[in-house]
Amino acid sequence: MSASTAKPASTAKPGARRPRRLTKRQQQRLVRGVLYVVFVAGLVGLVLLADWETTRRNFFNVELARTMFPEVLTIAARNTILYTFLAFSFGLTFGLLLALMRLSSIAPYRWLATIYIETFRGLPALLTIFLVGIGIPIAFGTRWPTLVTITLGLGIVAAAYMAETIRAGIEGVPKGQMEAARSLGMSYTRAMISIIIPQGFRIIIPPLTNELGLLIKDTSLLFVIGTTPATKELLKFGRDLLNINANATPLIVVGVVYLMITVPLTQLVRVLERRNARSR
Amino acid sequence: MTTDGSQTQVPAIEVRDLRKSFGELEVLKGFDFHVNEGEVVCVIGPSGSGKSTLLRCVNRLEEPTSGQILIEGEDITDVDADVDALRSRIGMVFQSFNLFPHLSVLRNLTIAQRRVRRRSKAEAHEVARSNLERVGLLDKIDAYPSHLSGGQQQRVAIARALSMDPDMMLFDEPTSALDPELVGEVLAVMRDLATEGMTMMVVTHEMGFAQEVGDRVVFMDDGAVVEEGPPEQVLGDPQHERTRRFLKMVR
Repeated sequence: MSASTAKPASTAKPGARRPRRLTKRQQQRLVRGVLYVVFVAGLVGLVLLADWETTRRNFFNVELARTMFPEVLTIAARNTILYTFLAFSFGLTFGLLLALMRLSSIAPYRWLATIYIETFRGLPALLTIFLVGIGIPIAFGTRWPTLVTITLGLGIVAAAYMAETIRAGIEGVPKGQMEAARSLGMSYTRAMISIIIPQGFRIIIPPLTNELGLLIKDTSLLFVIGTTPATKELLKFGRDLLNINANATPLIVVGVVYLMITVPLTQLVRVLERRNARSR
Repeated sequence: MTTDGSQTQVPAIEVRDLRKSFGELEVLKGFDFHVNEGEVVCVIGPSGSGKSTLLRCVNRLEEPTSGQILIEGEDITDVDADVDALRSRIGMVFQSFNLFPHLSVLRNLTIAQRRVRRRSKAEAHEVARSNLERVGLLDKIDAYPSHLSGGQQQRVAIARALSMDPDMMLFDEPTSALDPELVGEVLAVMRDLATEGMTMMVVTHEMGFAQEVGDRVVFMDDGAVVEEGPPEQVLGDPQHERTRRFLKMVR
């Protein structure tokens, strides 16, 4: 409506000496038009210039991709999900403990948690994985079961990150909630369990899911501790096939499988956030 | 006559020489105060006078710096006092309602009954329903706090406190956060409670409520009692200059 009133106003005096300028609306339309042209030109350029045959052979080789099934799902994807789940469960449990220690009124607990968190957030995840997977077995001459090594290798770092997230969530719950719970006769522990932590977790569902997404991708670091055919996760699985076949198709397939896991996850967060917003 | 009769009994709340400091700032400066059983005492005074701190000391949401607080004769400032058990006998209503937003109205009313009183589910529900009925909100039993108006939230908060069958109720400026048109419904619930004989300590700016419902009004300023007495006297014929000045400002 504003456009229709603006237009006659600008064209009202065709004989005016000032050079005729575009209305705001016309300017916007021009910019959009240019952007579309750039897009179509880029697309046409890509189609004309790319070496489609080489691309197809090296990245989208259907026959090679077919040989990857079903193992890419039944072994590789399964392991990626399993390792993520184990590390996340460990990280969440231990992270909650660390968060509660950081909020403790007992100073040594606070110090201990702070040192832990600062240490493992400050180190590359690979260093921890080497330490747990190789350093400790060499030092003590014992090997833990693979799943334990994997859980700790990833979980130790994950716990440090999650502890900070959880602490932020707990501190994000208004002070009045604890006071109301205590004034009803609940103990500090009971109030934490029934009132504060559930609300804290609602606040941190989005960042926590973010951690989960990062963890899925971090499982790709586990190849450094050595794998057997049965314990390969997605990236190791794809990389081995890349080396054997001298062809990048396995990486594309593995990439698609990663996305099949991570994209639904981000969608799930959106649903959870919406549900949260409603009950707030 | 009522005063004589109740003074022979142990007061519901007795505060002796209470002091509370926040760092350098002394908020309560040797406070003496009591509430008898069945009595409604309204505490008024300018903001920053220590009213809320006094109330919060009574159920030890604030730790007193020194002095004694006796609830039904039991010293709660004692290090061995079971604070949780004590608090479950004292209902508290906050200015900002503080309902649990992640729980339905019903669960807000039952969670402490179940976890603290160890009541059965059926019994807790029964108590919750009767208290919601008392505050006129039985139809909101399955609603979440965010779907209620401020006045409704405060009434639910009162019902939540009542569900613990408290011996007394503390109100910390229960209507200060409400839109003016919602104040009446909360005061009506409080008036009903007073009529039923509940022991109440009310920090408030509602002079009309203090006048009408209060058995006694305490005017405090700068961390100490300036004057106290029946509402007609303190509000109608104040003896102290500071009381007069305050009343002139709020009216």
